[in-house]
Amino acid sequence: MEEAILELTELSTHFFTDSGEIPAVDKVSFTVHKGEVVGVVGESGSGKSVTSLSILQLIPQPPGKIVSGSIRYKSENLAAANEKRMKKIRGNEISMIFQEPMTSLNPVFTIGNQMREAIRLHQKVSKRTATEKAVQMLKIVGIPRAENIVNEYPHQLSGGMRQRVMIAMAMSSDPSLLIADEPTTALDVTIQAQILDLMKKINEEKETSILLITHDLGVVADICDRVVVMYSGQVVEQGTTREILKVPKHPYTQGLIRSLPKLHGREEKLYSIPGTVARPRKDHVGCRFAPRCEFAFERCFKENPKLYNIGEGRESRCFLHSEQEGERLKDVTTNT
Amino acid sequence: MSQPILEVNGLKKYFPIQGGIFGKTIGEVKAVDDVTFHVREGEILGIVGESGCGKSTTGKSILRLIEPTEGEVKFEGKDITNLRSEEMRKLRRDMQIIFQDPYASLNPRHTVEKIISEPLLVHGMKSKENRNKRVKELLEVVGLSSYHASRYPHQFSGGQRQRIGIARALANNPKLIICDEPVSALDVSVQSQILNLMEELRDAFQLTYIFIAHDLSVVKHISDRVGVMYLGRMVELAEKDALYAEPKHPYTQALLSAVPEPDPDIKKERVILEGDVPSPANPPTGCAFHTRCPFAMDICSQVRPEFGPVDDQHFVACHLYNDEQ
Ligand SMILES: Nc1ncnc2c1ncn2[C@@H]1O[C@H](COP(=O)(O)OP(=O)(O)OP(=O)(O)O)[C@@H](O)[C@H]1O
Ligand SMILES: Nc1ncnc2c1ncn2[C@@H]1O[C@H](COP(=O)(O)OP(=O)(O)O)[C@@H](O)[C@H]1O
Ligand code: SF4
Ligand code: SF4
Ligand SMILES: [Mg+2]
Ligand SMILES: [Mg+2]
Repeated sequence: MEEAILELTELSTHFFTDSGEIPAVDKVSFTVHKGEVVGVVGESGSGKSVTSLSILQLIPQPPGKIVSGSIRYKSENLAAANEKRMKKIRGNEISMIFQEPMTSLNPVFTIGNQMREAIRLHQKVSKRTATEKAVQMLKIVGIPRAENIVNEYPHQLSGGMRQRVMIAMAMSSDPSLLIADEPTTALDVTIQAQILDLMKKINEEKETSILLITHDLGVVADICDRVVVMYSGQVVEQGTTREILKVPKHPYTQGLIRSLPKLHGREEKLYSIPGTVARPRKDHVGCRFAPRCEFAFERCFKENPKLYNIGEGRESRCFLHSEQEGERLKDVTTNT
Repeated sequence: MSQPILEVNGLKKYFPIQGGIFGKTIGEVKAVDDVTFHVREGEILGIVGESGCGKSTTGKSILRLIEPTEGEVKFEGKDITNLRSEEMRKLRRDMQIIFQDPYASLNPRHTVEKIISEPLLVHGMKSKENRNKRVKELLEVVGLSSYHASRYPHQFSGGQRQRIGIARALANNPKLIICDEPVSALDVSVQSQILNLMEELRDAFQLTYIFIAHDLSVVKHISDRVGVMYLGRMVELAEKDALYAEPKHPYTQALLSAVPEPDPDIKKERVILEGDVPSPANPPTGCAFHTRCPFAMDICSQVRPEFGPVDDQHFVACHLYNDEQ
């Protein structure tokens, strides 16, 4: 296995609001290795974005705060780094792109202007060299007429082109890690295919590690090596993409995959997980998924299960993996 | 085969583009540009296509929530394009619409009871007692409880709000429901609940749906036939199995190949389309897809291909097939 670029250990980020403390990210641990594409999947509110924003210390504080845990990037703990150090890391060693590129581009400056600023923030080059570099980056990400586009404004570009510009900007410093939070969610499928292809190319050619946040298991299958599944602020399962999608072990992951309509094959009636997605709550007792889980038993409503190690780098947060519940587990796996 | 409940012929909706200081019309957005199809009684017709291709405009023009620029819409054999508003209002009992964002379409200041009973009142259910009874009945039909009647929309989750929207649409026993992206805003685990509910309701009340969505897997699951739109035009329409197994139009082929599937064993030959969807204010000449089509020929930029049958019940607008006829 390649060296670890990023290692989260029991990271907890909470929000302190009028209606109480929200454990949006609750003891989350996972690792991203060099050259690896790791997906974080989960439904809305499961804590994906808060996890990724925590890595770069971009959580609005207050109300948010990293309350415990560490974020090891190469050899330093980012959770303990000061703002001066973080400024050096952001957009240089670790770059981030978001779902809606329009909100991260400034509408009153040209594309070239913004790219030049981003480049000159981290590289001591002349304006002219920075512009040349901007044009070159735009060409790499497949923007036609790059020489003209640098003089245009964000609103003059389509959503797909804006996302390419964001990727070009993010890649201009040759980062070791790219964090992409739902980079294709706002795009049409044919444009999504272009962007995923571009991200694969960058990952292969530059060995850039990618942390990809998404709610789409199709996107995961397409580009991720490994997957972390989140539910209500916690990691519920992780493993290689193939294992997670082919033989999911956690009842939530199993339910999620079964409730997807398939493009191939035909299902009479869709499986559906009853109830609604649980918001993270401080006073939650028991397994977060218990109210919706068809395998839940007494213990699930009393204790929160730990993450059980269930094989090579594979983990699942469910009592069915504990020894005394081994018999139940057999029933479950034969059921699905 | 059942009768068409709805026939749409040559439907067009052009939106004026205003500009200059006097707000003069300086152009047109061809949101829907000569679309023809029919919907059979009891079927679910899916309509797919990328953002801005005219799906919602088609739906709204059919109900005359916006006035079509040209074309004919027949409901149960009767031309409704020129009905006066009073007659149209009566007809809306039979034709309902459900929107994508259940939150935006429910008045936040009204209780669920008020929201669902409003269409009952509009269509003449005078007795408050009867209305309340009907509201409770409807809430149960869509999987909510009668005690929810006194609550407000913000007290519900996205999936529950969509159930409220469905209950309201069902209030007057409609025949046709146009569902405009009814599950697009929902989480996967909730989406399947709503899809199942919609199928159950179709069977229970002999409903007909036009199901608009951009998610090709969802449309495949729920539809009997599927139409594909591109830049205001219908480019392909077929039984769903035929369309998904053997897409004929180059755009449909590219669209299907671009969908990432949650199965690592499915290895796809992906057709990556170059460039973006052109603006409907200035659509390409001839076949609107010719600027991105991997098979484009000389004729494609000059002549708009007819939308015609290439197989039994399989309609395509593409010169690749016109030649063979
Ligand atoms: N009221 C309006 N005035 C001007 N242009 C409009 C209006 N409504 C829609 N359009 C334009 O018509 C075209 C079709 O829009 P429509 O909403 O029907 O697309 P759609 O297929 O439903 O897209 P989406 O998937 O994003 O919902 C778009 O270019 C849109 O910008
Ligand atoms: N600024 C904030 N203030 C209070 N709560 C927040 C804030 N940002 C996020 N949260 C809460 O944190 C949880 C996780 O959110 P998020 O990470 O954005 O979810 P997602 O998985 O959809 O990206 C949610 O319950 C959300 O309501
Ligand atoms: S711990 Fe219990 S409730 Fe939680 S996922 Fe496992 S079986 Fe279900
Ligand atoms: S008509 Fe020509 S450009 Fe249009 S889809 Fe067919 S081959 Fe392609
Ligand atoms: Mg998010
Ligand atoms: Mg729409």
